[in-house]
Amino acid sequence: MDSFIVISLIKVVLVFAVLMTTLAYLQWVERKVIAHIQVRPGPYRVGPHGLLQPLADVIKLITKEDLMPPYVNRPLYLAAPFLAITMALLSISVIPFGPTIEVAGYQTWMQLTDLNIGVLFVLAASSMGVYGIALAGWSSNNKYALLGGLRSSAQMISYELPLSLAIAAPLLISNTLSLRELVERQSGSILSWNVLHGPFPQIFSFIIFLIAGFAETNRVPFDLPEAENELVAGFHTEYSSMKFASFFMAEYANMITVSCMATLLFLGGWDAPWPAAYGSSLVPAVIFAFAGVVALYHGMHPARRRDRLTLPAFGIIFLIIAGIFLLPMVQSWLVPLFWFCAKTGTILFAFMWIRGTLPRFRYDQLMGFTWKFLFPVAMVNLLVTGLLVALVS
Amino acid sequence: MDTIIFLIFAIIAVVCAINVVVQTHPISSAISLVGVMGSLAILYLLLGAEFLAAAQVIVYAGAVMVLFVFVIMLLNAGAEAKKGRSFMAQLLGVPLLIGLLGLLAWFVQRLYPVGTTVHFGGFRGGTAQDVGRALFTSYLLPFEVTSILILIAIVGAIVLARKELD
Amino acid sequence: MAEVPISWFLTLSAVLFALGVAGFLFRRNIITVFMSIELMLNAVNLSFITFSYQLKQVNGHLLAFFVMVVAAAEAAVGLAIILTVFKNRSTLNIDEVDSMKN
Repeated sequence: MDSFIVISLIKVVLVFAVLMTTLAYLQWVERKVIAHIQVRPGPYRVGPHGLLQPLADVIKLITKEDLMPPYVNRPLYLAAPFLAITMALLSISVIPFGPTIEVAGYQTWMQLTDLNIGVLFVLAASSMGVYGIALAGWSSNNKYALLGGLRSSAQMISYELPLSLAIAAPLLISNTLSLRELVERQSGSILSWNVLHGPFPQIFSFIIFLIAGFAETNRVPFDLPEAENELVAGFHTEYSSMKFASFFMAEYANMITVSCMATLLFLGGWDAPWPAAYGSSLVPAVIFAFAGVVALYHGMHPARRRDRLTLPAFGIIFLIIAGIFLLPMVQSWLVPLFWFCAKTGTILFAFMWIRGTLPRFRYDQLMGFTWKFLFPVAMVNLLVTGLLVALVS
Repeated sequence: MDTIIFLIFAIIAVVCAINVVVQTHPISSAISLVGVMGSLAILYLLLGAEFLAAAQVIVYAGAVMVLFVFVIMLLNAGAEAKKGRSFMAQLLGVPLLIGLLGLLAWFVQRLYPVGTTVHFGGFRGGTAQDVGRALFTSYLLPFEVTSILILIAIVGAIVLARKELD
Repeated sequence: MAEVPISWFLTLSAVLFALGVAGFLFRRNIITVFMSIELMLNAVNLSFITFSYQLKQVNGHLLAFFVMVVAAAEAAVGLAIILTVFKNRSTLNIDEVDSMKN
């Protein structure tokens, strides 16, 4: 019993630390990706290639003046960002990052806890996250914030319907609500992942899930309620400093949750695209070695003077990481973790790619899209999946 | 351990329920009601009803109460005006209410003196699989009828809430 | 004592139901009255699930599920009615919705 509590505490601290760092650096990645889409360098000066920019942002946000306007409804004003970020972080606690890991004789899952209603738990946490935004809009005592909060919460609860229907379709094929078992039932190769397997490949569910996920997390093209040039700034108009930062951390944490759920439900979790017997465990080493060689090559003749030190340094770091992936004692858990992060990272990159590419929907177009198109399509998809599963089994 | 969890969440539920009844502004009552539903969801987990606990949070606390909060925000009616109530009535009323609740509790206790105790894992038949199997076999007719009921509710709500076409 | 006697759950359900009835009878705001109704329905759900635990059957869960569904449908229609009443009378006080009284 004691070792269970100690191991769980260690896992909680580890996941929290890694998640917070990832949230900060996800913002760096987003700014870099959008900048390169728009043919400009992005954050470049603070640290090598802007890598210390998140630190600068954190320092700025912490030291900013923390306003408490006198006309707000205090308990709700303080509770709203707290609710938003609590619910966003709560859904990470059931996500499995890999198979079992064995450290110093103790074997444990790479997951904080495995509930047998894991999928429903994530849905419940995202339903409760709507309150953070609605209460932020109401308590600010400001008509722009109220309208932004109402629009945003109406959008989130409307898109929960196609989201739930798109989740229900692969559950018909995998027959379990536990997230770990979902991945274990998709193990094998790329042909047994839910997006390509089964009597009805779940491609439509995947697309509907991603579209509804974009709307749930208030990302472009559905970010009208919180965009800076619409409605002043939407529901977070009256917030400053750390409370404002918590809304943004909540948004990025929701993005990570949606990407992880898409990976687990449709893309096979930590499963490699082809079995390890054919060499798929060498792929991470090859990728990092290639990145290291390219960085070293560009480090010989750098385009900008400040890159003369940083590019070779990164090259050497990538080569060391490639070497770590070849060690046999960490391969059993590091390679599945790599595949999970690669798939989740691809979907996160798609989030940022679309942000740099598409214009945003108007609010009535947004709501018309879900009620008149996405919800019927999701329902038809569920019916067809159910019919084919019933006919085949 | 189970007793501690039960006591904490039962006290939270009762305090939030008293808050629902006592607060003047409807939005504070609505948030307290969300608190009641959340603590009841944890008590359902203690009773082995895992699917119902998740459904309570997703449907009740996460959709129905959001609807309440929307309507309160749209109507923006403000806090209820406190009518002057005589102090004697309050002085007498609250102890009587506590007495009534205590009497109720004592009668319920008397009906179930000894017997089943509740602990985590005492009832394992509340999984989604069991609920689903019962829902689609023995309770199929109520299931279909409630779908028609929901359809009627949707049509009714839209008809009542739309703008009049001139 | 790591186990909770089942009568405590029923007591809690009775207390919540009584508080719901008190709110229903004594409050003047329509929305608060409606929320007291939801509180009563939640108390009844707790009772159903408690008895389902005692009899070791899943039927109580099913009945609680249907209560939840009906409560959701009723909330939707009831709030639409409240919106209409507010549009016509600009008040949320149920004492003032009395035009059918003599």
